[in-house]
Amino acid sequence: MRPEVTDLEIRLLLEAIYERFHYDFRQYAIASIRRRLIQALTAMHCESISALQARILHDERAFPRLLAYLTIQVTDLFRDPEFFLALRQHVVPILATYPSLKLWIAGCSTGEEAYSFAILLAEEGLLDRTLIYATDINDDSLRKAQTGVYALDRLRQFILNYRAAGGTGSLSDYYHADQDNAVMAPELRRRITFADHSLATDSIFSEVQLVSCRNVLIYFDRELQDRALGLFADALCPRGFLCLGTKESIRFSAQAPRFNPMSVGPKIFRRVD
Amino acid sequence: MAARSTTASTSDARFDAVVVGGSAGALEVLRQILRTMPATTAVPVVVVLHLPPRPPEGLPELLARDCLLAVQQAEDKEPLQPGVVYLAPPGYHLLIESHRAFALSVDDPVHFSRPSIDVLFQSARDTYGGRLLAMLLSGASADGAAGLHEVAAVGGITIVQSPAASEAAAMPSAALALFKPTYVWTPAEMTKELPSLFAVRSSMLGSPA
Repeated sequence: MRPEVTDLEIRLLLEAIYERFHYDFRQYAIASIRRRLIQALTAMHCESISALQARILHDERAFPRLLAYLTIQVTDLFRDPEFFLALRQHVVPILATYPSLKLWIAGCSTGEEAYSFAILLAEEGLLDRTLIYATDINDDSLRKAQTGVYALDRLRQFILNYRAAGGTGSLSDYYHADQDNAVMAPELRRRITFADHSLATDSIFSEVQLVSCRNVLIYFDRELQDRALGLFADALCPRGFLCLGTKESIRFSAQAPRFNPMSVGPKIFRRVD
Repeated sequence: MAARSTTASTSDARFDAVVVGGSAGALEVLRQILRTMPATTAVPVVVVLHLPPRPPEGLPELLARDCLLAVQQAEDKEPLQPGVVYLAPPGYHLLIESHRAFALSVDDPVHFSRPSIDVLFQSARDTYGGRLLAMLLSGASADGAAGLHEVAAVGGITIVQSPAASEAAAMPSAALALFKPTYVWTPAEMTKELPSLFAVRSSMLGSPA
């Protein structure tokens, strides 16, 4: 298929999704969207993206399936342990100086990042005065995140990450295992508010001391990336922290002057006053 | 005027970008290939190498040591510049967007690999069409074969390292099982033949557009 025809079909599909379902993928990076749509085509037995568009407009059950392809992000507890180690060593001591804390995990998917922050803050004695907002656009992901249930076969990796991230106890202190699953402890869940929020269309909802948005902005085009970084800068208190993925950069963003990089290795920035 | 001077850029009429993929046994071949590229190379060179999860630091520096071009790790949203060799960052897929800037992704591995050669080649094909020079080197998986085939299908120049002269033959063999590339070369042949593909063609320099 000719790439320019495919790209036209993709633009029309994303426009249809926006008009009909109010999910705005129109400013997502097209190369990744294209790959994910081609996977969805195969799985949903559609001949072309135009056929997929007809399908989601006429078959109510089809769009949630497609949405999973467009949004689901597989991640781990304490993904990139060196990031959480740097956070523990260099950021937590500063967070500890605030009487109460609000954190925003943007693009939380199925909740792993939010629970990782909750565990880290519990170990550092800060969780009792912390509220974590964890947001995503996919309601199915948010429901899974809310239940905090993860398959047992993922635990091995979680535990390795937890240790490498400087965990001071045992990860099993933070979940109850049944036959197939690990269920995150209610004390963690109580401090996390999972909510529907779109970086493409919604505005800020609270002042926060830290935003973590790791490996989300790489899926946005530059304009949408600028919008999201602008939201983060607006939501952060002066000198508040912004955490991005290890290979993400603000170098090409118009919002770059609003942040200063910290010199601690991983991609942690502070809002300029 | 500038176009006729000795500092004029190489401008092969047939390709606007070079993409290279490889795995086990490809690093040394890549070094030899990069050594053949003239300082006047007027296209970006984009490389996906399968590496261990925690690769040794300083790979760009190692490759830059005997290469006339700048070698660096690609960054998200970075526009591709001519005469620069870009390496995919470990743990991320590297894609080229239609406006010729990079995009990264942490989508699932392809052929157990992230970065995946197929992902790079397919996005490069979508962006450059047939105006692409794609090379698949030694390697122990089938990653890259399908992507290279797609580059060939739209008229790009494709080069496969000859399996017999590869430390790991699976990757080049997978490509040859799918289609007939433009060239099947040993590393020695690559070193000998690539300069002519990259050569400054003085007769063409008057009309860079």
